[in-house]
Amino acid sequence: MSRRLLTGNGAAAWGARLARAEYIPAFPITPQTEIIETLAEWIDRGAMAGRLTTLESEHSMITAAAAAAATGVRVFTATSSQGLLYGMEMIYTVAGWRAPFLLVNVSRGLATPITLEPDHTDVLAARDSGFLQIHCATCQEIVDTVLMAYRLAEDPRIRLPAIVNQDGFYLSFTREAVELPEPEAAQRFLPDFDPDAIRFRASSPLSQACAVLGGSSYSYFRYETHLAGLKALEVHDEIAEAFAQEFGRHWPQVEAYRCDDAEIAFCMIGAFATKAREAVDRLREAGVAAGLVRPRLVRPWPAPELRRLLNGKRAVVVVDQNLSMGSGGVLQAELAATLYGQKSAPVLLSFVGALGGRDIAPEEFFEMARLARDSAERGEAPPPRLLYTAQELREMRKLQAVAHAERKELP
Amino acid sequence: MSAETRFGRMKDLPSTHLLGTGTAMCAGCGGLEALHEIYDVLGARSVFVNAAGCMTLLSVYPFTPFRGSWLYTSMASAPAGAQGVRDALDLLRGRGALPPEEDLQVVTLTGDGAAYGMGLSATSSAIERGLDFLYICYDNEGYGNTGQQTSGATPHGARTATAVGGHAGWKKDLFAIWCAHRPAYAATVIGAEPLDLARKIEKAMTLKGPRLILALAPCPTGWGYEPGATVEVGRLAVKTGMFPLKEYENGRVTHTKPLHPRAPVEDYLKLQGRFAHLFEPRRDETALAEIQAAVDRYWEGVA
Repeated sequence: MSRRLLTGNGAAAWGARLARAEYIPAFPITPQTEIIETLAEWIDRGAMAGRLTTLESEHSMITAAAAAAATGVRVFTATSSQGLLYGMEMIYTVAGWRAPFLLVNVSRGLATPITLEPDHTDVLAARDSGFLQIHCATCQEIVDTVLMAYRLAEDPRIRLPAIVNQDGFYLSFTREAVELPEPEAAQRFLPDFDPDAIRFRASSPLSQACAVLGGSSYSYFRYETHLAGLKALEVHDEIAEAFAQEFGRHWPQVEAYRCDDAEIAFCMIGAFATKAREAVDRLREAGVAAGLVRPRLVRPWPAPELRRLLNGKRAVVVVDQNLSMGSGGVLQAELAATLYGQKSAPVLLSFVGALGGRDIAPEEFFEMARLARDSAERGEAPPPRLLYTAQELREMRKLQAVAHAERKELP
Repeated sequence: MSAETRFGRMKDLPSTHLLGTGTAMCAGCGGLEALHEIYDVLGARSVFVNAAGCMTLLSVYPFTPFRGSWLYTSMASAPAGAQGVRDALDLLRGRGALPPEEDLQVVTLTGDGAAYGMGLSATSSAIERGLDFLYICYDNEGYGNTGQQTSGATPHGARTATAVGGHAGWKKDLFAIWCAHRPAYAATVIGAEPLDLARKIEKAMTLKGPRLILALAPCPTGWGYEPGATVEVGRLAVKTGMFPLKEYENGRVTHTKPLHPRAPVEDYLKLQGRFAHLFEPRRDETALAEIQAAVDRYWEGVA
């Protein structure tokens, strides 16, 4: 193994290289662009075999990715935010082709207002598509997860495309020490893609993605895709075990940190969960039995594992880095559905935070923990809340005053 | 007629069709007529990458009329699907994983709704990348599958479901748009002229790169005529000069069916319900003259 400093984007590119992805349909978008630039450079100078084709949009890029996968080659692509949304028709469409490939999404908040900084509303829009969806919190995890996700996506029991997600800026541009698997070990863990009979060849004609007439055929194929997704929970565990044996690092469905004896637990996905991890250590020092659960798998949703980890806790604080307009945090709703009706279900507190890259301060974690303990005492959760300080609101009012004043200045 | 063609006369055309029957297309579909003729020459060593349109209903699970392969994509991105398939086949060929006899012609099959509008960006980019594919557009001059609303291909004066008084705009020149990209080949064809069509497919298959086959697709349901009249309507589209048969190669456009003399456009228009308001209750002389003048202007420019 070689150890080097890599950004999240660099780690994603290395994952694709070690996975021997052969075809890379590409389209630039901040903060993802470094991934395709890195791959383009490697292919140009012969360090990596394959072809990178720049399409004119993400809609076309995802179509080309799936069409190539359906022809029988290993495909890697990447996007962010508006790009993912521009391609969303095809995200939903190609999952049903059962042609596995990998897309790294570098999360970035969605317009409006347009921004470059991260939250998860972009990738959660792909939640119901049929793509597997795995969230990473560190650069090491990105390299490892790319390799694992290929094996999972290509498993004959699954055959679904996968999204590996990382947070824009906070992870995409942060350098961390990463142990890179040796190419031979990566090859052992992830053999060449076997498309089996799903491929286009002159001697074996095939019709893919045909229309159906009527709800019966439609329901059948849709539910088959759903069942394949569910199956990925069990297959993920097999793959995580095999990965740990080869590389000594274990990546479970849900990362649980100091959770066993915790009375209150935070629940977060992605890189911001590392901030919660820090807060857990500080809270423990202060005598609070806090823990953290970080689902890596968002699709399939690891409901059994979350029940195992969270039943019996007094309270769970869900910090959603996304906003479902008119409802609230997506994770909170998912977790509520998972725990509802369980005998020893914890009280669930819902916070929406870190939208568009807004940081979460340690004090905010401490305050959320305090509220969690209060709620556990009362047996009732407070209403959902946005993490936003009075100071921020004052700054916002100043900006609004400037905007109004500037407009009045106009002739 | 070039010396290399194996289609010297009507007798040389295949006597049986390769594409299966019993599809969901309407009786008298001019698009299907053209596709039958194209497929006979093209053959089954092909993969059709389809854009949303009438012909998406050719392959309805568990049936297909194609002896070769098929992939439905979306309305806007069929050329990108063709790019993915072609790139993958090239990669497999390149590393010896695909013997030459297993390789396929990659074909995009799209209606005018996608070709002239939603899919134009993906098409333009595929041409610019030099994608080696055949692009078949069956042009029935409206969003046919949804009941003939106005599309970018609708001709001036035609009544559509969204232009009940007749379309005020003019048909977009897709052939010229393709030629501006300097593709390997571009041709207009019509099922009613099968020999001309067969020669063009034959030629297109000898070339590599982006190749357009723009087939006017007379549409009984959308245009308002009896299904049995499809061939007659198609022939008149050519004879009146409304639909010039031509091809582009090496930077030059050649008309493959020069017209001396041309029949008046009225002969074509009066067969179709979509133009009936130009004749009844009284003749719209202005509109008829405009349409004739546009066709005259076009042919004056033809050397």
